Amino acid sequence: MSALRLALVGAPNSGKSTLFNGLTGGTAKVANYAGVTVETRSGFFSTAAGDEVELIDLPGIYGINARSTDERIAVDMISGRLPGVTAPDAILVLIDAATLRTHLHTVLQMKAFGRPMIVVLNMIDLAERDGLELDVPRLEAELGVPVVTARATRGPGRAALLERLAEEAPKWTRGVPDAPLTIPALDLKALQTDARRIARDATLHEPAANSFTRSVDNIVLNPVAGPLILAAILFLMFQAVFTWATPYMDGIEWLAGSLGAAVSAALPDGLLQSLIVDGIIAGVGSVVVFLPQIVILFTFILLLEASGYMTRAAFLMDELMLRVGLNGRAFIPLLSSFACAIPGIMSARTIENERDRLTTILVAPLMTCSARLPVYTLMIAAFIPNQTVWGFVGLQGLVMFGLYLAGVVSAVLVAFVLKRTVTRGAAQSLIMELPTYKWPNARDFFLGLWMRVAAFLKRAGTIIFAVSVILWVLTTFPLGADGLRQTIAGRIGSVLEPVLAPIGFNLEIAIALIPGLAAREVAVGALGTVYAVQGAEENTEGLAAVLQNAWSLPTALAFLAWYVFAPQCLATLAAARRETNSWAWTGFMFGYLFVLAWVAAGATYHIARFAGL
Amino acid sequence: MTLDELARGQVARVTGFATGDSGLEPKLREIGFAEDDEVEIVHFGPLMARPVCVRLNRTLIALRRNEAAAIEVSIG
Repeated sequence: MSALRLALVGAPNSGKSTLFNGLTGGTAKVANYAGVTVETRSGFFSTAAGDEVELIDLPGIYGINARSTDERIAVDMISGRLPGVTAPDAILVLIDAATLRTHLHTVLQMKAFGRPMIVVLNMIDLAERDGLELDVPRLEAELGVPVVTARATRGPGRAALLERLAEEAPKWTRGVPDAPLTIPALDLKALQTDARRIARDATLHEPAANSFTRSVDNIVLNPVAGPLILAAILFLMFQAVFTWATPYMDGIEWLAGSLGAAVSAALPDGLLQSLIVDGIIAGVGSVVVFLPQIVILFTFILLLEASGYMTRAAFLMDELMLRVGLNGRAFIPLLSSFACAIPGIMSARTIENERDRLTTILVAPLMTCSARLPVYTLMIAAFIPNQTVWGFVGLQGLVMFGLYLAGVVSAVLVAFVLKRTVTRGAAQSLIMELPTYKWPNARDFFLGLWMRVAAFLKRAGTIIFAVSVILWVLTTFPLGADGLRQTIAGRIGSVLEPVLAPIGFNLEIAIALIPGLAAREVAVGALGTVYAVQGAEENTEGLAAVLQNAWSLPTALAFLAWYVFAPQCLATLAAARRETNSWAWTGFMFGYLFVLAWVAAGATYHIARFAGL
Repeated sequence: MTLDELARGQVARVTGFATGDSGLEPKLREIGFAEDDEVEIVHFGPLMARPVCVRLNRTLIALRRNEAAAIEVSIG
């Protein structure tokens, strides 16, 4: 018999991903369904009897009224409304045991679908430590469905669930319903009254709210201390990205350099040596070097999310975001966009209001993503002197901070303008649960980090590798070309030159921007390849030193300004297309970013020249 | 009175919803507000204090002032 398809349903903070990772060992596959904005994770595990179960992780929901995109996805999935996807065989409803009373109505809503189901009371250890006593057999009798307690973080804590599944699953009638299930229309008030009564009957002792969380919140949500703490955390995060990563980056750079030198020594001079050293090692190496910064950035974001602080940050930011025309909730997608705009754009799904969600998606690429770091770091190292200003601030760090700030300020301005023009609409509600503080789970953290690192390395190993090789071919042939302009790449670049020359970009930049369309950091690899090929033998100095000689300061500054807005990232555009389900909005996003990039680079170039830099 | 009129730390019980046709009621109910629930404003947001952090039984919910104004409460 094929695996039982079990849908995992629960509120956003019920520990769904922890249970999912714990059961499946993190071996999830992500499924995209064509034509709909859906992406679900699913993975396999075995019950205590050895029966195979496919667990389908659905977005966190509080009910079935399907207001936000996330809720619509979950309800459509459960009821079998997604085109080409059959309804799951059974539903697993996960509830944080500590909040049984407030969330039990979800179980009744799920029950109304009429599918086999099992209820799991998660984090029972924490609830019991706080003094909560539940009568589980009573709860099970009243609900009429199997109920087990669990501690999703630990294997023994999941054993009861596996045993119960082994017992119950064979009794469940399997099979695909002929038509999509009706979404039950329920009177919420009556449902809540029922749920409250059942919860009261099954609760033997209920303590006051978590006192630890309360004490922490007294500081963290204090109207004065709160924003200062948030600013300090963000400052620490960016400081860590730029300083802690340095030794590791130097290490990787040294490795790439030694590898290049070793290959140069081992292989005879010629095309093959040039391909490997100038094409592959120079191209891929110049991107992989940013791995440490990406690891640190994602570490911060994952820990802030898992600990429960991220929603507090959204609460503190709501006022400011409201002024701009956004919503406190948009803070989370926008902060994630500092790592990468793609998860940022996807997490905008939690925003119920379509217009707010669209605005958030449109400005997400203005947050300085980690792919811009390679570009910024390289340009700053090459053109900004390493000196201190005002006695203690490093000038290089200051410029980097300024670039980040430029991104944030322009996002604010763009959102402000958009909300008053194309995405006008009523302000949406905040209504957001603040979870109790939790110690992040190590398995969840490392799995999450690994997924992101793997995605970065995969890109370096595939797209950037391919681009490096292709670019090497284009800049090397025809053999014996008299200078870069005569090569294939030079001829393609010449076409773009008239557009880019007014903003101070030279032919090399024009060439590097084309492959840079695949991903922003590719431009660095591309510059690495372009100059490595040109530099021939004496290519022992770093790319920064090469650029220092080749570019004027106004050109370098214009290049930095371009990258504050830089529209070119195919993956982001693809994500925006999927999430907005509209080519027009995707085109709009590309268009406005391109115009801003061009204007900003041009203005920077001419002002810098005028100032005599 | 409504939830937004409570002083910080004042404990009250939910008596109903006055959401009009704003569609707020199902949202507030699904996140957990219901008649007879214990509520208390535990924090005001920074600046204009427009968002408020509300304790609902044993959970914490962030709301805007106008959303809190849709929840009717009585003290004692």
